[in-house]
Amino acid sequence: MPKKTPFYEKIKEHNGKIVEFAGFLMPVQFEGIIPEHLTVRTTVGVFDVSHMGEIEIRGKDRIVFTNYITTNNVEKLALNQVQYSAMLYPDAGIVDDLLVYNLEDRILLVVNAANTDKDHNWIVENKKFDVDIVNVSDNIGQVAIQGPRSEPVMQKLFDIDLSQIQFYWATETQLNEIPVVLSRTGYTGEDGFEVYVDRTNAPKVWDMVFEAGKDVGIKPIGLGARDTLRFEMRYCLYGNDIDKTTNPLEAGLGWIVKLDKDDFIGKESLLKIKEEGLKRKLVGFEVINKGIPRPHMDIYIDDQKIGAATSGTFAPSLKKGIGLGYVALPYDKVGTRFKVAGKNPIDVEVTKGPFYKHGTRK
Amino acid sequence: MANIIDGVKYTKEHEWVKVEDDIAVEGLTDYAQSELSDIVMVEPPAKGRTVKAGEAVGTIEAVKAVADLYAALSGDVVEINEKVIADPSIINKDPYGEGWLYKIKMADPEELTNLLTPDQYKELIAKH
Repeated sequence: MPKKTPFYEKIKEHNGKIVEFAGFLMPVQFEGIIPEHLTVRTTVGVFDVSHMGEIEIRGKDRIVFTNYITTNNVEKLALNQVQYSAMLYPDAGIVDDLLVYNLEDRILLVVNAANTDKDHNWIVENKKFDVDIVNVSDNIGQVAIQGPRSEPVMQKLFDIDLSQIQFYWATETQLNEIPVVLSRTGYTGEDGFEVYVDRTNAPKVWDMVFEAGKDVGIKPIGLGARDTLRFEMRYCLYGNDIDKTTNPLEAGLGWIVKLDKDDFIGKESLLKIKEEGLKRKLVGFEVINKGIPRPHMDIYIDDQKIGAATSGTFAPSLKKGIGLGYVALPYDKVGTRFKVAGKNPIDVEVTKGPFYKHGTRK
Repeated sequence: MANIIDGVKYTKEHEWVKVEDDIAVEGLTDYAQSELSDIVMVEPPAKGRTVKAGEAVGTIEAVKAVADLYAALSGDVVEINEKVIADPSIINKDPYGEGWLYKIKMADPEELTNLLTPDQYKELIAKH
């Protein structure tokens, strides 16, 4: 039986089109992917992201342990700072990409929905030092408020000054006496917040957010637009662009891998991969004329297969097709042109950085 | 619930056909547009092309999905809807009206008997 998030009834009230995703009944869309996408780019939208997994690491060695199981440097985190990171297998294949919250009495790991159990088992299997590992996913509702008008909307709900919370920082606070973790984070490229709240109080938070955003046209946003929004920012999606067969260096995630820190799972393999040199890289490409790349389409130069697309979509802000895919070196260079094999071959060009350049957060 | 209108015939591939003398207008059903959602590109068969019933003659691309367009009937394409090519979202908004795709001069009006009635089409999508 698929699980229901604490916002399930709210989603139904908004007439969301519900699908099963990662074992949850989730809204794929409300009024349509394109209008929802543009709502987040221009004003503010609300996502039920309660399917995401939350794993707490408690105990006195939580920092050094989290540092051992993730690639980024947890010791650099100040209190309430948030970090994008990854967990690796010993061969440097990716277990998951995740957020690491350094809260007062615990580390909170926020992981991909489809990976929650796998990640929890992996962390428990690799347990060292004095830590407690608790999968609290089923008790937590998570809602993301995203868009350039997020701050004025959210400020109506909090006594604390939200302008003091920088991007990738969090605070443990209260919303009308309901304890929440509030962070300035997101997966859209726009300014925004994510709120973690216990399951019973979650629907109240949803209602308060919608009430606060009424006058700026706040709307619910489905998973469809969540994907096009992240894609335009060229953020990786686990299961598509990264998985256990890809390493973070070829995925362009070298910036979250700190090879100069103490030992961590996957470090030895990464050092070897680095020494031997990468064979392929994840590139972003834009369609030159017409067509929309789709996942799994092969990539060719002349008649030579050089890789395959891992994600592909129509980009609502750019009004054209965009894709991500692994290509053999040296075809990763910006400006390289190749063909993506759809029914009709699609001409594309490798581009640099986010596809959408005007996000309020990058 | 998908809108199924009277006065047209349907195909298993979720197209509708409306006959005006020897000309058949073809389009995508409300069910199909709603399943595809956010249509962003449409390529109907070119004007002048001779198509055969059941043949894949074009494509419809939505943000998250792509679908083939099948000819409901055999004949020569006499007109395509340039408006939906310029703005494919018209198909989402008005699939049975402004969102029509192309017109053919029927080669064999007998083929119409192979198409589904509104009730038969209703049954078909109820199974989905």
